[in-house]
Amino acid sequence: MLYTNLKHLESAAEHAKILSENENVMVICGRMGPMCIPVYGIAEDLEDTYTHVKFCDMEFDNPESHVIRNLPEVRNFMGIPFTIYYKNGKVVKATSSIQSRQQVTAILDKEFGVPVNA
Amino acid sequence: MEVTNHYDAIVLGGGPAGLTAGIYLSRAKLRTLIVNEGTIGGQMILTHEIANYPGVESISGYQLANIMKKQAKSFGCDFRNNASPVTLELEGEVKSITLSDGSAYTASSIILTPGGRPRTLGVAGEDDFKGRGISYCATCDGDFFTNKEIVVVGGGNSALEEAVSLTKYASKVTIVHQFDHFQAFEHAIEEARRHPNIEFMMESVITAFKGSENLESVDIKNLKTGETVHFKTDGVFIFIGYLPNTEFIKGHVELNKWGEIVAGNDMSTNIPGVFAAGDSIAKRFRQVTTAVGDGTVAALAASAWLNEMRVKQKNLVDAG
Repeated sequence: MLYTNLKHLESAAEHAKILSENENVMVICGRMGPMCIPVYGIAEDLEDTYTHVKFCDMEFDNPESHVIRNLPEVRNFMGIPFTIYYKNGKVVKATSSIQSRQQVTAILDKEFGVPVNA
Repeated sequence: MEVTNHYDAIVLGGGPAGLTAGIYLSRAKLRTLIVNEGTIGGQMILTHEIANYPGVESISGYQLANIMKKQAKSFGCDFRNNASPVTLELEGEVKSITLSDGSAYTASSIILTPGGRPRTLGVAGEDDFKGRGISYCATCDGDFFTNKEIVVVGGGNSALEEAVSLTKYASKVTIVHQFDHFQAFEHAIEEARRHPNIEFMMESVITAFKGSENLESVDIKNLKTGETVHFKTDGVFIFIGYLPNTEFIKGHVELNKWGEIVAGNDMSTNIPGVFAAGDSIAKRFRQVTTAVGDGTVAALAASAWLNEMRVKQKNLVDAG
């Protein structure tokens, strides 16, 4: 179980629903480990600023996370979390392993736009 | 500088030491601000299970950090998250800091609890292959290397214990260490040495990471002979210790040659009114419990110092 304050995606259907209902989505697929927790923390902190982005997590060991683990964009990934950025349901960026706040915000700004109130 | 707010104490760092200081100071009705750069909880959140925190049978570091934060908030402690100090003025009775978001604060005392971070090799290609062959966590990424040949860098307890743990997945583990001896406990060294799937390259360092999409090889230099070999590998796990996050106070507060803050028994630094606690101070043992103890002492010492300053000021006023 991922005990973060992010929206948890428990199933492939829920994952598809979130993508269909939101233009900009970031999904962090990982475990409660040292490489993943900092990325969840960054996402939690950014939620209030990046209101045009839906931030979610999905447990890496949940079989339903095949929707992330089987993406062509992650085929060479060898470190969790797999962080996927979707725009209109399409993957626009994917990263592997721990990322800094600067790395995350650079992707969010580039792919989804700088928040108006930033 | 635009001064927006004054606090009795500003705590720089939101790990267990900083959070404990925040709890004690705010409970003592001192106006307190915790400034935190990363995720609240510091290195503590990276611990999956804490089973030796007295009074708590088992808890994750993430949960413990959130409870500490809640406690501090309940006593009135303010937080500024994801902000780092850009300028610092620590001398004098009124300390001032400017944060990365442009906000500025003053305080009568400062407690430095910046903690530490995992040390990286700083070798070409390291950042490019992070998550594509380079990892800093065996339990997180070990299963990606099932039946593969990997390298572990380091010679301390973490490196040797994780090397043994990684043999559950990898077909072969080569430990690369810069010295001719290990710094780990004897039992950890013995366990690694006895393992049939672990080999050693002593007095050697990685000088380059190479590959296309994923890591494919590393250059390893023998420090004794100067010879560099091209070593094919599927992955590299790096466990080479921690660095104190003290760059921002260099030149302000006395640091030792390792960059650790020099603090007295009462956690005071060389600057009056500035205290330090936690993993960033010069000390032997670094545990959540020792950080909490340091944070307590620093907060109590800061409270006493603030009281002394108030008495001095009152006496000056009374003396006319």
